[in-house]
Amino acid sequence: MSTDTDTKVAIRDLYKIFGPRAAVMTEHVRAGMSKDDLLDRHGHVVGLRAIDLDVTAHHIQVVMGLSGSGKSTLIRHINRLIEPTAGEVLVDGVDVLGMTQQELREFRRSKASMVFQRFALMPHRTVADNVAYGLRVQGIDRAESAERSRHWIDRVGLTGYEDYYTTQLSGGMQQRVGLARALATDAEILLMDEPFSALDPLIRTDMQDILLDLQSELHKTIVFITHDLEEALRLGNNIAILRDGEAVQIGTPQEIVMRPADDYVAEFIKDINRGRAIEVASIMESGHVNGAPEVDAGAVLDDALQSLIGAGAEVATVTRDGKPVGSVRLERIAAALARPD
Amino acid sequence: MELFDKFPTLGDQELRDLKKAIDRGFRDFSRSHGEAIENFFDPLLQFLVWFERLLQTSPWPLIVLAVAVFAWLGARNWLVVVGTVAAFLAIGYLGMWRDTMATLAIVSVATLICIAVGIPIGIAMARSDRVQAAITPLLDVMQTIPSFVYLIPVVMLLGIGKVPGLIAVCIYALPPIVRLTNLGIRLVDREVLEAADAFGASYTQKLFGVQIPLALPNIFAGVNQTIMMSLAMVVIASMIGVKGLGVPVLRAISNQYLALGLMNGLAIVVLAIIFDRISQGFGKNLQKHRRDEHRH
Repeated sequence: MSTDTDTKVAIRDLYKIFGPRAAVMTEHVRAGMSKDDLLDRHGHVVGLRAIDLDVTAHHIQVVMGLSGSGKSTLIRHINRLIEPTAGEVLVDGVDVLGMTQQELREFRRSKASMVFQRFALMPHRTVADNVAYGLRVQGIDRAESAERSRHWIDRVGLTGYEDYYTTQLSGGMQQRVGLARALATDAEILLMDEPFSALDPLIRTDMQDILLDLQSELHKTIVFITHDLEEALRLGNNIAILRDGEAVQIGTPQEIVMRPADDYVAEFIKDINRGRAIEVASIMESGHVNGAPEVDAGAVLDDALQSLIGAGAEVATVTRDGKPVGSVRLERIAAALARPD
Repeated sequence: MELFDKFPTLGDQELRDLKKAIDRGFRDFSRSHGEAIENFFDPLLQFLVWFERLLQTSPWPLIVLAVAVFAWLGARNWLVVVGTVAAFLAIGYLGMWRDTMATLAIVSVATLICIAVGIPIGIAMARSDRVQAAITPLLDVMQTIPSFVYLIPVVMLLGIGKVPGLIAVCIYALPPIVRLTNLGIRLVDREVLEAADAFGASYTQKLFGVQIPLALPNIFAGVNQTIMMSLAMVVIASMIGVKGLGVPVLRAISNQYLALGLMNGLAIVVLAIIFDRISQGFGKNLQKHRRDEHRH
């Protein structure tokens, strides 16, 4: 059993260039030619440039970026739906790019399953048969597939809809089918390509809840693509921000919010609700005052603020697992809430 | 400037020699291989003869009943069933029963052959752009070349009879099912195919589990077109010895028998309409049927 700190997926110096002479173009890109220059002078498009990313086992790794930043391209390298121009993708230490077609099919069947932005369900199959798809592909017999399919349909809250066709369901329900289909194969890695982007905001929050709920129990290694920072902050144990095919910052949500690497990232976090994104631990100071109200280190600023104001205090003791680890002052909370310039 | 006034042509003598050489070459080929080719098609001939005799010797109420059941299974519509039965009774009453059965036999067999040959070709075309590029011009030729032109080599090879007629019908009726199978598979949603890939589906699992089921409406449109076109070939096929409704039409043309031509011609039209409704219905039902199958 792997522990929390093991790297499940390691992406090493990955390049993807689109065009007929991609391999030659990699040299230009390595030498530092920009995306625009490469397109203007050689007619090739940079998809990904020098990506290094370690995905920790049992964590949710969010990959965030605007459209065209290469995030969907990146996730498709992990199960090799897209072949890279250069680089390595190691899953449990095995290079996915070195696999034969047979090994790759086996890898996709049992080790990494996928959820798609536009669901990609099969319209000629019922909900139950869609969920069972990965199992049927593995050659598992009809009865057992149906049994396992029923279990996952239940887990995503679709009991009673087994015999519906996917076109009869709403978007949110369709993506539950997509999620159940991916979970049904018991793969350790879940690749989620903007799974909730096509859904209404309320439904999206619902789906995030379902995912977090399942994750607290299943502990999958999840790579989650999104263009929505609130979603990234809510779900991610770690966030990688892509821009023009380059990783501009990789860090925990707190690191991203408190110390944006450059203007691009700063622009991203400008409009977030800082009171709900920043945790007390990120701004606490050492030392504590006796008799002050206590707040948990993992609490967000909004909640800390409420405790302080409720108690009529200026300073609170920060605790972790009930033990005091520091303190936080009201003015420091106010300063953190203020939008950075 | 003589060059511009008169198109430079091969001399008459050379041209004659060229044509002669081609004719001789093909004649030699048909003399040496004709029998082998005939033997190759013999099982087909036996089957066609057997099927035609079956239709012609079975008691007519049995045939009408079978056609009615077929119509119901296909169209699921009483109006179509009643229309079909009425049409067959009228055909029989007007003395065209034997010819209609012969036509029914050759159209059925031709359609089966086209399906058996055409769908795999369409699948191969959908799989590879190169195969598609190679076969598309061939289909263009098959669809545009005047049928009489390919009747010549077919008759030279196999003489006059059922098998050459069947081949002529198939050449004419094959392209739509090939094209529509290819098209149908190519039109399958790329995202769904990507999902199948992501779950580790093999080529055959994708083909039979995703591509063909989703291409079925188009494939069935192809089957429908193939049936229609083989019916349209019935008259031309009768010129090289295929029995059926085409024979009296041909006789009517050469003798100016208006009524005879009209009646047999209309019988072909009626068959076409019936086949069309039934095969379209089958296309739709097959989808529903699959759904029903999954429900239980």
